[in-house]
Amino acid sequence: MTDKSPVSVADTQTLTSLGKAFRSTLSRDLLIAFKRRNDILNPVMFFLIVVSLFPLGVSPDPQQLSVIAAGVIWVSALLASMLSLDNLFRADYEDGSLEQLLLSPQPLYFMVLAKNISHWLVSGLPVVLLSPVLAYMLYLPSEAYGTLFISLLIGTPVLSLFGSIGVALTVGLGSRGLILAVIVLPLTTPVLIVGAKAVADVSFGLPVGTHFAILGAMLALALTIAPLASAAALKISVN
Amino acid sequence: MTIGSNPEALLEGRNLYCERDERVLFEQLSFSVQGGQLLQVKGSNGSGKTTLLRILCGLNDSFEGELYFQGQLIEEQRDQYLASLLYIGHRSGVSRILSPRENLRWSGALHYPIADADIDDALAEVGLRGYEDVPCHNLSAGQQQRVSLARLLIGRAVLWILDEPFTTLDVHAVAQLEVRLAHHVKNGGAVLVTTHHDLKVDCRHDVLDLDASRVRSSV
Repeated sequence: MTDKSPVSVADTQTLTSLGKAFRSTLSRDLLIAFKRRNDILNPVMFFLIVVSLFPLGVSPDPQQLSVIAAGVIWVSALLASMLSLDNLFRADYEDGSLEQLLLSPQPLYFMVLAKNISHWLVSGLPVVLLSPVLAYMLYLPSEAYGTLFISLLIGTPVLSLFGSIGVALTVGLGSRGLILAVIVLPLTTPVLIVGAKAVADVSFGLPVGTHFAILGAMLALALTIAPLASAAALKISVN
Repeated sequence: MTIGSNPEALLEGRNLYCERDERVLFEQLSFSVQGGQLLQVKGSNGSGKTTLLRILCGLNDSFEGELYFQGQLIEEQRDQYLASLLYIGHRSGVSRILSPRENLRWSGALHYPIADADIDDALAEVGLRGYEDVPCHNLSAGQQQRVSLARLLIGRAVLWILDEPFTTLDVHAVAQLEVRLAHHVKNGGAVLVTTHHDLKVDCRHDVLDLDASRVRSSV
């Protein structure tokens, strides 16, 4: 048996630094995502399939498609984000890792933020990167590509952050049904409205600075309050 | 029942009251545990053992009464308390997707910086040498429990709260864990443990019987 120095009441000076604990949680979640890449790819595939069905279902006519392109891509991104939310806390709740996280002497805000960032890198970023390809498929006017890309780049983290509150609240429920959508959609639809409007406006040659400012404000708001709300909701869920 | 604060006690609960589904689990429950003491929480199924341990960790807040850590209210020094606490619950806290080493790397790093060599030593000691890189879903229930218990070896917490740590362990591992618990207690640590099994530890060992809601010493 290894003999360690006699135990004593913890000295908080020797605790893992916040930065290290943050990186550890982030890299753990990314590692889990990498090991479960089939599950993780589902939302991205869903995004691709939904968008590519529109030319078949609506009309292959470039003029009609270019009108709806921005809305279709944004709605699909929103739905793909909601589909991926379950990956955020469910497995951790079931195997008890969530309790360990809540009982760690680290600030929960940053631990939840690390999980949110990992979730966005895995489910949000691929959608952003794929969006120009889909925009090309839907005949989005070429001058709107940049706006679509940037609006998704700012908007999808907001979807992850606000979605995380809903998952944190419902992770302890056995059958959740539509309750997650009921909680999350009111928080995320403003992002959809502003994001899709920015892309539509730029197609008509209108300025989009205001839209970006609003999206940026939403991101700032989400970054500040969503991890706190998620952390509080997680405490309630394990209770 | 003890009234008044006990500065010697590492963890003290006073006048705890908890009800669930309109059934009182315990009321006016007071107890304390100090360094160098193992407190076994006993009680029939459904008597509130797990609930009590979760209350003590702060995972459950639907109770009345006060909790003290080193004579001070826990809510006033939660960070200090969490830094001194190691909890192993029914849910093992082991991700089935990750390997034992990856699991411990994360749960260790949440508390104290930990070297990979120490993790491998701890895994070897709980009998998982050679399984360091096997995904935990390929391990048996008992082996997963051992991964969880390896946290006792890499952690530096003074207070261990263990909920049924002996389930799924084989005879040899049970004996090993009993030695480990006694070792921790002799080193000045405190252990709160629930188990239905007949605990044989070579250290100060008290029993908190929830069916009777009072402490009696067995040593």
